[in-house]
Amino acid sequence: MEFLRPATWEEALAAKAEHPSAVPIAGGTDVMVEINFDQRRPTHLMDLNRIRELREWEVGDDTVRLGSSVPYSTVIDQLASELPGLALASHTVGSPQIRNRGSVGGNLGAASPAGDSHPALLAAGAEVEAESVRGTRFLPVEDFYTGVKRNALAEDELIKTVHIKRAEGPQQFSKVGTRNAMVIAVCAFGFALHPGSRTVRAGIGSAAPTPLRARAAEDFLGAALGDGGFWDSGRAIPPSLAREFAELCAGACNPIDDVRGSAAYRRRAVGVMARRTLGWTWESYRSTGNGRTTEGGAQCA
Amino acid sequence: MRVTFTVNGRRHEADDVWEGESLLYVLRERMGLPGSKNACEQGECGSCTVRLDGESVCSCLVAAGQAEGREVVTVEGLAAYAKERAGSAHTGGLAPVQQAFLDAGAVQCGFCTPGLLVAADELIERNPQPSDADIREALSGNLCRCTGYEKIMDAVRLAAARTGDGAPEVV
Repeated sequence: MEFLRPATWEEALAAKAEHPSAVPIAGGTDVMVEINFDQRRPTHLMDLNRIRELREWEVGDDTVRLGSSVPYSTVIDQLASELPGLALASHTVGSPQIRNRGSVGGNLGAASPAGDSHPALLAAGAEVEAESVRGTRFLPVEDFYTGVKRNALAEDELIKTVHIKRAEGPQQFSKVGTRNAMVIAVCAFGFALHPGSRTVRAGIGSAAPTPLRARAAEDFLGAALGDGGFWDSGRAIPPSLAREFAELCAGACNPIDDVRGSAAYRRRAVGVMARRTLGWTWESYRSTGNGRTTEGGAQCA
Repeated sequence: MRVTFTVNGRRHEADDVWEGESLLYVLRERMGLPGSKNACEQGECGSCTVRLDGESVCSCLVAAGQAEGREVVTVEGLAAYAKERAGSAHTGGLAPVQQAFLDAGAVQCGFCTPGLLVAADELIERNPQPSDADIREALSGNLCRCTGYEKIMDAVRLAAARTGDGAPEVV
Protein backbone atom coordinates (compact mmCIF):
# COMPACT_ATOMS: atom_id res chain seq x y z
CA MET A 1 0.00 0.00 0.00
CA GLU A 2 1.15 3.51 -0.74
CA PHE A 3 0.12 6.54 1.29
CA LEU A 4 -0.52 9.64 -0.82
CA ARG A 5 -0.56 12.99 0.88
CA PRO A 6 -1.60 15.70 -1.58
CA ALA A 7 -1.17 19.21 -0.21
CA THR A 8 -3.55 20.83 -2.70
CA TRP A 9 -6.73 19.93 -4.54
CA GLU A 10 -4.88 19.99 -7.88
CA GLU A 11 -2.35 17.50 -6.53
CA ALA A 12 -5.18 15.28 -5.32
CA LEU A 13 -6.86 15.29 -8.75
CA ALA A 14 -3.55 14.51 -10.45
CA ALA A 15 -2.89 11.66 -8.03
CA LYS A 16 -6.38 10.24 -8.53
CA ALA A 17 -5.91 10.39 -12.32
CA GLU A 18 -2.58 8.60 -12.02
CA HIS A 19 -3.86 6.02 -9.50
CA PRO A 20 -7.57 5.49 -10.15
CA SER A 21 -7.71 2.72 -7.54
CA ALA A 22 -6.54 5.14 -4.81
CA VAL A 23 -9.06 5.30 -1.96
CA PRO A 24 -9.60 8.82 -0.65
CA ILE A 25 -9.67 9.06 3.14
CA ALA A 26 -10.85 12.10 5.10
CA GLY A 27 -12.42 11.28 8.47
CA GLY A 28 -11.65 7.60 8.06
CA THR A 29 -14.81 6.55 9.86
CA ASP A 30 -15.75 4.14 7.03
CA VAL A 31 -12.45 3.50 5.27
CA MET A 32 -10.44 2.66 8.39
CA VAL A 33 -13.07 0.19 9.59
CA GLU A 34 -12.69 -1.72 6.32
CA ILE A 35 -8.91 -1.63 6.58
CA ASN A 36 -8.90 -2.64 10.26
CA PHE A 37 -11.07 -5.63 9.45
CA ASP A 38 -9.09 -6.74 6.40
CA GLN A 39 -12.05 -6.06 4.16
CA ARG A 40 -10.14 -3.68 1.96
CA ARG A 41 -6.53 -3.44 0.85
CA PRO A 42 -6.33 -0.50 -1.55
CA THR A 43 -3.16 -0.02 -3.58
CA HIS A 44 -3.13 3.60 -2.47
CA LEU A 45 -4.65 5.49 0.42
CA MET A 46 -5.02 9.20 -0.30
CA ASP A 47 -5.26 11.52 2.70
CA LEU A 48 -7.48 14.53 2.00
CA ASN A 49 -7.02 16.16 5.41
CA ARG A 50 -4.29 18.46 4.20
CA ILE A 51 -6.51 20.14 1.60
CA ARG A 52 -7.83 23.19 3.37
CA GLU A 53 -10.59 24.10 0.93
CA LEU A 54 -12.33 20.77 1.51
CA ARG A 55 -12.91 21.81 5.13
CA GLU A 56 -14.40 25.19 4.21
CA TRP A 57 -18.00 26.15 3.71
CA GLU A 58 -19.74 29.25 2.40
CA VAL A 59 -23.31 30.42 2.82
CA GLY A 60 -24.61 31.93 -0.42
CA ASP A 61 -27.96 33.52 -1.26
CA ASP A 62 -29.64 30.28 -2.26
CA THR A 63 -27.22 27.49 -1.44
CA VAL A 64 -24.59 26.47 1.04
CA ARG A 65 -21.31 25.32 -0.48
CA LEU A 66 -20.15 22.59 1.85
CA GLY A 67 -16.59 21.35 1.38
CA SER A 68 -16.61 17.59 1.16
CA SER A 69 -14.58 17.03 4.36
CA VAL A 70 -16.42 19.51 6.59
CA PRO A 71 -17.16 17.39 9.66
CA TYR A 72 -20.68 16.77 10.93
CA SER A 73 -19.87 18.64 14.15
CA THR A 74 -19.37 21.81 12.09
CA VAL A 75 -22.67 21.31 10.27
CA ILE A 76 -24.39 21.02 13.66
CA ASP A 77 -22.60 23.99 15.26
CA GLN A 78 -22.45 26.40 12.34
CA LEU A 79 -25.12 25.57 9.79
CA ALA A 80 -28.23 24.59 11.76
CA SER A 81 -30.16 27.67 10.56
CA GLU A 82 -29.30 27.29 6.89
CA LEU A 83 -29.45 23.50 6.78
CA PRO A 84 -31.76 22.42 9.63
CA GLY A 85 -32.58 19.01 8.19
CA LEU A 86 -28.95 18.15 7.57
CA ALA A 87 -27.98 19.43 11.03
CA LEU A 88 -30.59 17.17 12.64
CA ALA A 89 -29.38 14.22 10.58
CA SER A 90 -25.76 15.02 11.44
CA HIS A 91 -26.64 14.94 15.11
CA THR A 92 -27.70 11.30 14.78
CA VAL A 93 -24.38 10.22 13.27
CA GLY A 94 -22.37 7.93 15.56
CA SER A 95 -20.93 9.77 18.53
CA PRO A 96 -19.10 13.04 19.17
CA GLN A 97 -15.82 11.37 18.19
CA ILE A 98 -17.31 10.20 14.88
CA ARG A 99 -19.00 13.55 14.20
CA ASN A 100 -15.66 15.32 14.66
CA ARG A 101 -14.21 13.31 11.76
CA GLY A 102 -16.99 12.07 9.50
CA SER A 103 -18.33 14.29 6.73
CA VAL A 104 -21.15 14.59 4.21
CA GLY A 105 -18.62 14.07 1.41
CA GLY A 106 -17.58 10.82 3.04
CA ASN A 107 -21.20 9.72 3.35
CA LEU A 108 -21.64 10.36 -0.38
CA GLY A 109 -18.39 8.62 -1.24
CA ALA A 110 -19.38 5.54 0.76
CA ALA A 111 -22.93 5.73 -0.66
CA SER A 112 -24.32 3.36 1.93
CA PRO A 113 -28.12 3.27 1.73
CA ALA A 114 -28.03 3.81 5.51
CA GLY A 115 -25.93 7.00 5.39
CA ASP A 116 -27.60 9.53 7.69
CA SER A 117 -27.10 12.61 5.55
CA HIS A 118 -28.76 11.22 2.41
CA PRO A 119 -32.45 11.69 3.37
CA ALA A 120 -31.71 15.25 4.50
CA LEU A 121 -29.84 16.08 1.28
CA LEU A 122 -32.66 14.60 -0.82
CA ALA A 123 -35.28 16.59 1.08
CA ALA A 124 -33.39 19.89 0.99
CA GLY A 125 -32.22 19.57 -2.61
CA ALA A 126 -28.50 19.25 -3.30
CA GLU A 127 -25.93 18.88 -6.04
CA VAL A 128 -22.64 17.04 -5.80
CA GLU A 129 -19.70 18.80 -7.42
CA ALA A 130 -17.39 16.08 -8.69
CA GLU A 131 -14.09 17.00 -10.22
CA SER A 132 -11.28 15.30 -12.09
CA VAL A 133 -8.37 16.50 -14.22
CA ARG A 134 -10.87 16.28 -17.10
CA GLY A 135 -13.24 18.82 -15.61
CA THR A 136 -16.15 19.42 -13.25
CA ARG A 137 -19.60 17.84 -13.09
CA PHE A 138 -22.60 18.87 -11.01
CA LEU A 139 -24.83 15.89 -10.18
CA PRO A 140 -28.23 16.21 -8.53
CA VAL A 141 -27.91 14.15 -5.38
CA GLU A 142 -30.81 11.87 -6.39
CA ASP A 143 -28.79 10.83 -9.45
CA PHE A 144 -25.63 10.29 -7.43
CA TYR A 145 -26.64 7.05 -5.75
CA THR A 146 -26.48 4.19 -8.25
CA GLY A 147 -26.59 1.08 -6.06
CA VAL A 148 -25.73 -0.36 -2.68
CA LYS A 149 -22.48 1.43 -1.78
CA ARG A 150 -22.14 2.60 -5.38
CA ASN A 151 -22.19 6.13 -6.67
CA ALA A 152 -21.91 7.98 -9.96
CA LEU A 153 -18.28 9.02 -9.54
CA ALA A 154 -15.91 8.10 -12.36
CA GLU A 155 -12.75 6.40 -11.19
CA ASP A 156 -10.67 9.54 -11.57
CA GLU A 157 -13.18 11.83 -9.85
CA LEU A 158 -13.26 13.19 -6.32
CA ILE A 159 -16.08 14.96 -4.48
CA LYS A 160 -15.09 18.57 -3.99
CA THR A 161 -18.19 20.34 -2.73
CA VAL A 162 -21.80 19.58 -1.91
CA HIS A 163 -24.12 22.43 -2.88
CA ILE A 164 -27.20 22.30 -0.66
CA LYS A 165 -30.26 24.54 -0.99
CA ARG A 166 -30.69 26.83 1.98
CA ALA A 167 -33.85 26.07 3.91
CA GLU A 168 -36.74 28.36 3.03
CA GLY A 169 -39.10 26.54 5.36
CA PRO A 170 -39.20 23.97 8.13
CA GLN A 171 -37.28 20.73 7.70
CA GLN A 172 -37.22 17.56 9.76
CA PHE A 173 -35.29 14.35 10.01
CA SER A 174 -36.23 11.14 11.72
CA LYS A 175 -34.32 7.91 12.19
CA VAL A 176 -35.22 4.55 13.67
CA GLY A 177 -32.60 2.72 15.69
CA THR A 178 -32.15 0.83 18.92
CA ARG A 179 -30.69 3.74 20.85
CA ASN A 180 -30.04 7.43 20.46
CA ALA A 181 -26.32 7.18 19.64
CA MET A 182 -23.97 4.90 17.78
CA VAL A 183 -26.74 3.51 15.63
CA ILE A 184 -26.88 2.55 11.98
CA ALA A 185 -30.33 3.51 10.77
CA VAL A 186 -32.90 0.76 10.51
CA CYS A 187 -34.53 3.33 8.28
CA ALA A 188 -34.56 7.12 8.14
CA PHE A 189 -36.65 9.92 6.69
CA GLY A 190 -35.96 13.52 5.72
CA PHE A 191 -38.71 16.00 4.96
CA ALA A 192 -38.67 19.62 3.83
CA LEU A 193 -41.34 22.19 3.09
CA HIS A 194 -40.39 24.55 0.28
CA PRO A 195 -42.91 27.39 0.63
CA GLY A 196 -41.24 29.47 -2.11
CA SER A 197 -42.01 26.93 -4.80
CA ARG A 198 -44.96 25.52 -2.84
CA THR A 199 -43.48 22.06 -3.03
CA VAL A 200 -42.41 19.44 -0.54
CA ARG A 201 -39.55 16.96 -0.76
CA ALA A 202 -39.11 13.66 1.04
CA GLY A 203 -35.96 11.54 1.27
CA ILE A 204 -35.89 7.94 2.43
CA GLY A 205 -32.83 6.15 3.79
CA SER A 206 -32.05 2.51 4.46
CA ALA A 207 -35.27 1.22 2.92
CA ALA A 208 -34.12 0.49 -0.64
CA PRO A 209 -30.82 -0.33 -2.38
CA THR A 210 -30.15 3.42 -2.56
CA PRO A 211 -31.40 6.46 -0.71
CA LEU A 212 -34.34 7.79 -2.70
CA ARG A 213 -36.99 10.48 -3.00
CA ALA A 214 -40.62 9.57 -2.49
CA ARG A 215 -41.66 11.36 -5.67
CA ALA A 216 -45.25 10.18 -5.91
CA ALA A 217 -45.78 11.20 -2.28
CA GLU A 218 -44.16 14.59 -2.90
CA ASP A 219 -46.33 15.23 -5.95
CA PHE A 220 -49.49 14.15 -4.19
CA LEU A 221 -48.89 16.27 -1.11
CA GLY A 222 -47.64 19.27 -3.09
CA ALA A 223 -50.78 19.23 -5.24
CA ALA A 224 -53.07 18.70 -2.26
CA LEU A 225 -51.53 21.57 -0.29
CA GLY A 226 -51.69 23.84 -3.33
CA ASP A 227 -55.24 22.94 -4.42
CA GLY A 228 -56.51 23.18 -0.88
CA GLY A 229 -54.99 26.62 -0.33
CA PHE A 230 -53.07 25.32 2.68
CA TRP A 231 -49.93 27.39 2.04
CA ASP A 232 -51.93 30.63 2.38
CA SER A 233 -54.46 29.60 4.98
CA GLY A 234 -51.97 27.70 7.12
CA ARG A 235 -54.81 25.52 8.29
CA ALA A 236 -54.22 22.15 9.83
CA ILE A 237 -53.62 19.22 7.52
CA PRO A 238 -56.49 16.72 7.68
CA PRO A 239 -55.48 13.29 8.95
CA SER A 240 -56.66 11.66 5.72
CA LEU A 241 -54.17 13.75 3.74
CA ALA A 242 -51.31 12.90 6.09
CA ARG A 243 -52.29 9.23 5.94
CA GLU A 244 -52.28 9.18 2.16
CA PHE A 245 -48.89 10.89 2.10
CA ALA A 246 -47.53 8.36 4.59
CA GLU A 247 -48.83 5.43 2.55
CA LEU A 248 -47.24 6.78 -0.61
CA CYS A 249 -43.91 7.20 1.22
CA ALA A 250 -44.11 3.62 2.50
CA GLY A 251 -44.94 2.54 -1.03
CA ALA A 252 -41.81 4.19 -2.37
CA CYS A 253 -39.65 1.86 -0.28
CA ASN A 254 -38.06 -1.27 -1.66
CA PRO A 255 -36.63 -2.70 1.55
CA ILE A 256 -35.03 -5.99 2.49
CA ASP A 257 -35.12 -8.16 5.60
CA ASP A 258 -31.80 -7.99 7.43
CA VAL A 259 -30.35 -8.10 10.93
CA ARG A 260 -31.49 -4.58 11.70
CA GLY A 261 -35.12 -5.00 10.71
CA SER A 262 -37.59 -6.66 8.41
CA ALA A 263 -38.80 -5.20 5.13
CA ALA A 264 -42.33 -4.99 6.49
CA TYR A 265 -41.16 -3.12 9.59
CA ARG A 266 -39.16 -0.66 7.48
CA ARG A 267 -42.14 0.10 5.25
CA ARG A 268 -44.35 0.64 8.26
CA ALA A 269 -41.76 2.79 10.06
CA VAL A 270 -41.15 4.99 7.00
CA GLY A 271 -44.88 5.67 6.84
CA VAL A 272 -44.95 6.62 10.53
CA MET A 273 -41.92 8.90 10.16
CA ALA A 274 -43.47 10.52 7.07
CA ARG A 275 -46.67 11.31 8.93
CA ARG A 276 -44.85 12.63 12.00
CA THR A 277 -42.28 14.76 10.17
CA LEU A 278 -45.09 16.23 8.05
CA GLY A 279 -46.94 17.08 11.28
CA TRP A 280 -43.91 18.65 12.93
CA THR A 281 -42.90 20.76 9.94
CA TRP A 282 -46.46 21.88 9.20
CA GLU A 283 -47.02 22.92 12.81
CA SER A 284 -43.79 24.88 12.61
CA TYR A 285 -44.87 26.49 9.31
CA ARG A 286 -48.25 27.47 10.73
CA SER A 287 -46.85 28.81 14.00
CA THR A 288 -44.37 31.09 12.28
CA GLY A 289 -46.88 32.34 9.73
CA ASN A 290 -44.41 33.04 7.00
CA GLY A 291 -42.92 29.60 6.96
CA ARG A 292 -39.45 30.74 7.92
CA THR A 293 -38.39 28.55 10.75
CA THR A 294 -34.85 27.58 10.93
CA GLU A 295 -34.20 25.70 14.11
CA GLY A 296 -35.20 22.09 14.05
CA GLY A 297 -36.08 20.79 17.47
CA ALA A 298 -34.73 17.42 18.48
CA GLN A 299 -38.08 15.74 18.76
CA CYS A 300 -38.31 12.10 19.48
CA ALA A 301 -40.04 10.05 16.83
CA MET B 1 6.83 4.81 5.96
CA ARG B 2 8.00 7.10 8.72
CA VAL B 3 5.52 9.16 10.71
CA THR B 4 6.37 12.01 13.02
CA PHE B 5 3.96 13.80 15.29
CA THR B 6 3.69 15.29 18.75
CA VAL B 7 2.27 13.19 21.53
CA ASN B 8 1.66 14.77 24.92
CA GLY B 9 3.96 17.67 24.07
CA ARG B 10 6.86 15.50 22.90
CA ARG B 11 7.88 14.79 19.33
CA HIS B 12 7.60 11.10 18.50
CA GLU B 13 8.78 9.28 15.42
CA ALA B 14 7.99 5.80 14.19
CA ASP B 15 9.60 3.94 11.32
CA ASP B 16 8.38 1.09 9.13
CA VAL B 17 4.78 2.04 9.73
CA TRP B 18 2.43 0.17 7.40
CA GLU B 19 0.38 2.61 5.31
CA GLY B 20 -2.93 1.20 6.50
CA GLU B 21 -1.97 1.28 10.16
CA SER B 22 -4.10 3.24 12.61
CA LEU B 23 -2.93 5.99 14.91
CA LEU B 24 -4.00 3.74 17.78
CA TYR B 25 -1.68 0.95 16.69
CA VAL B 26 1.26 3.34 16.34
CA LEU B 27 0.63 4.80 19.80
CA ARG B 28 0.33 1.43 21.49
CA GLU B 29 2.73 -0.78 19.61
CA ARG B 30 5.38 1.59 18.32
CA MET B 31 5.49 4.47 20.77
CA GLY B 32 5.03 2.57 24.00
CA LEU B 33 1.82 4.35 24.95
CA PRO B 34 -0.70 1.60 25.76
CA GLY B 35 -3.11 3.84 27.68
CA SER B 36 -5.45 4.22 24.71
CA LYS B 37 -7.25 0.90 24.52
CA ASN B 38 -7.89 -1.27 21.49
CA ALA B 39 -11.28 -2.93 21.51
CA CYS B 40 -13.74 -2.62 18.65
CA GLU B 41 -11.50 -1.09 15.94
CA GLN B 42 -14.60 0.41 14.33
CA GLY B 43 -15.34 3.56 16.28
CA GLU B 44 -18.15 2.03 18.31
CA CYS B 45 -16.64 1.83 21.78
CA GLY B 46 -14.58 5.00 22.31
CA SER B 47 -11.91 3.23 24.37
CA CYS B 48 -9.22 4.54 21.97
CA THR B 49 -10.34 8.19 22.29
CA VAL B 50 -7.51 10.73 22.03
CA ARG B 51 -7.33 14.42 21.20
CA LEU B 52 -6.09 15.14 17.67
CA ASP B 53 -5.30 18.83 17.28
CA GLY B 54 -7.68 19.37 20.18
CA GLU B 55 -10.62 17.34 18.90
CA SER B 56 -11.67 14.10 20.51
CA VAL B 57 -11.46 11.31 17.95
CA CYS B 58 -11.29 7.54 17.82
CA SER B 59 -7.61 6.87 17.18
CA CYS B 60 -8.48 3.51 15.61
CA LEU B 61 -10.13 5.41 12.74
CA VAL B 62 -7.27 7.83 12.06
CA ALA B 63 -4.70 6.51 9.59
CA ALA B 64 -1.25 6.93 11.10
CA GLY B 65 -0.14 9.00 8.12
CA GLN B 66 -2.97 11.44 8.76
CA ALA B 67 -1.43 12.30 12.13
CA GLU B 68 1.81 13.46 10.49
CA GLY B 69 2.85 16.80 11.99
CA ARG B 70 -0.18 16.96 14.26
CA GLU B 71 -0.62 17.16 18.02
CA VAL B 72 -1.99 14.18 19.88
CA VAL B 73 -2.93 14.02 23.56
CA THR B 74 -3.47 10.60 25.09
CA VAL B 75 -4.58 9.61 28.57
CA GLU B 76 -0.90 9.39 29.55
CA GLY B 77 -0.61 13.15 28.98
CA LEU B 78 -4.02 14.13 30.29
CA ALA B 79 -2.85 15.35 33.70
CA ALA B 80 -0.20 17.63 32.22
CA TYR B 81 -2.65 18.82 29.55
CA ALA B 82 -5.30 19.69 32.16
CA LYS B 83 -2.76 21.43 34.38
CA GLU B 84 -1.48 23.52 31.51
CA ARG B 85 -5.04 24.51 30.63
CA ALA B 86 -5.65 25.56 34.23
CA GLY B 87 -2.46 27.60 34.14
CA SER B 88 -0.67 25.63 36.81
CA ALA B 89 2.61 23.77 36.58
CA HIS B 90 2.44 20.03 36.24
CA THR B 91 4.20 18.44 39.18
CA GLY B 92 2.82 14.99 38.77
CA GLY B 93 -0.50 13.78 40.07
CA LEU B 94 -3.77 13.46 38.31
CA ALA B 95 -6.08 15.57 36.17
CA PRO B 96 -9.29 16.66 37.90
CA VAL B 97 -11.32 14.13 35.91
CA GLN B 98 -8.96 11.34 36.87
CA GLN B 99 -9.18 12.24 40.56
CA ALA B 100 -12.95 12.50 40.29
CA PHE B 101 -13.20 9.05 38.68
CA LEU B 102 -11.22 7.66 41.61
CA ASP B 103 -13.22 9.53 44.24
CA ALA B 104 -16.57 8.59 42.71
CA GLY B 105 -15.63 4.96 42.20
CA ALA B 106 -16.28 5.29 38.49
CA VAL B 107 -13.81 2.58 37.61
CA GLN B 108 -14.60 -1.09 37.49
CA CYS B 109 -12.51 -3.20 35.12
CA GLY B 110 -10.90 -0.01 33.85
CA PHE B 111 -10.78 -0.84 30.18
CA CYS B 112 -13.12 1.95 29.07
CA THR B 113 -11.64 4.42 31.55
CA PRO B 114 -8.90 6.04 29.42
CA GLY B 115 -11.33 6.86 26.64
CA LEU B 116 -13.92 8.14 29.08
CA LEU B 117 -11.34 10.33 30.80
CA VAL B 118 -10.23 11.93 27.55
CA ALA B 119 -13.84 12.47 26.43
CA ALA B 120 -14.93 13.82 29.84
CA ASP B 121 -11.94 16.17 30.04
CA GLU B 122 -12.78 17.52 26.58
CA LEU B 123 -16.37 18.13 27.68
CA ILE B 124 -15.33 20.09 30.78
CA GLU B 125 -12.85 22.10 28.72
CA ARG B 126 -15.61 23.05 26.27
CA ASN B 127 -18.44 23.30 28.76
CA PRO B 128 -17.32 23.82 32.38
CA GLN B 129 -20.85 23.44 33.75
CA PRO B 130 -22.41 20.62 31.77
CA SER B 131 -25.97 19.48 32.37
CA ASP B 132 -26.65 15.77 32.76
CA ALA B 133 -27.87 15.75 29.17
CA ASP B 134 -24.60 17.36 28.06
CA ILE B 135 -22.61 14.70 29.91
CA ARG B 136 -24.66 11.86 28.46
CA GLU B 137 -24.26 13.22 24.96
CA ALA B 138 -20.52 13.85 25.35
CA LEU B 139 -19.98 10.30 26.58
CA SER B 140 -22.42 8.63 24.19
CA GLY B 141 -19.56 7.26 22.12
CA ASN B 142 -17.85 5.56 25.07
CA LEU B 143 -19.10 2.16 26.09
CA CYS B 144 -18.67 0.71 29.58
CA ARG B 145 -19.65 -2.95 29.78
CA CYS B 146 -19.38 -3.16 33.57
CA THR B 147 -22.62 -1.09 33.72
CA GLY B 148 -20.92 1.69 35.60
CA TYR B 149 -22.54 4.69 33.93
CA GLU B 150 -24.16 6.17 37.04
CA LYS B 151 -20.82 6.41 38.83
CA ILE B 152 -19.28 7.82 35.68
CA MET B 153 -21.98 10.50 35.63
CA ASP B 154 -21.19 11.22 39.30
CA ALA B 155 -17.50 11.51 38.47
CA VAL B 156 -18.00 13.99 35.65
CA ARG B 157 -20.37 16.09 37.76
CA LEU B 158 -17.76 16.07 40.53
CA ALA B 159 -14.92 17.04 38.20
CA ALA B 160 -16.99 19.86 36.73
CA ALA B 161 -17.99 21.11 40.18
CA ARG B 162 -14.39 21.12 41.37
CA THR B 163 -13.17 22.84 38.21
CA GLY B 164 -16.04 25.34 38.18
CA ASP B 165 -15.62 26.31 41.83
CA GLY B 166 -12.11 27.44 41.08
CA ALA B 167 -11.10 25.01 43.77
CA PRO B 168 -7.44 24.13 43.68
CA GLU B 169 -6.95 21.12 41.49
CA VAL B 170 -6.11 17.98 43.35
CA VAL B 171 -2.47 17.08 42.92
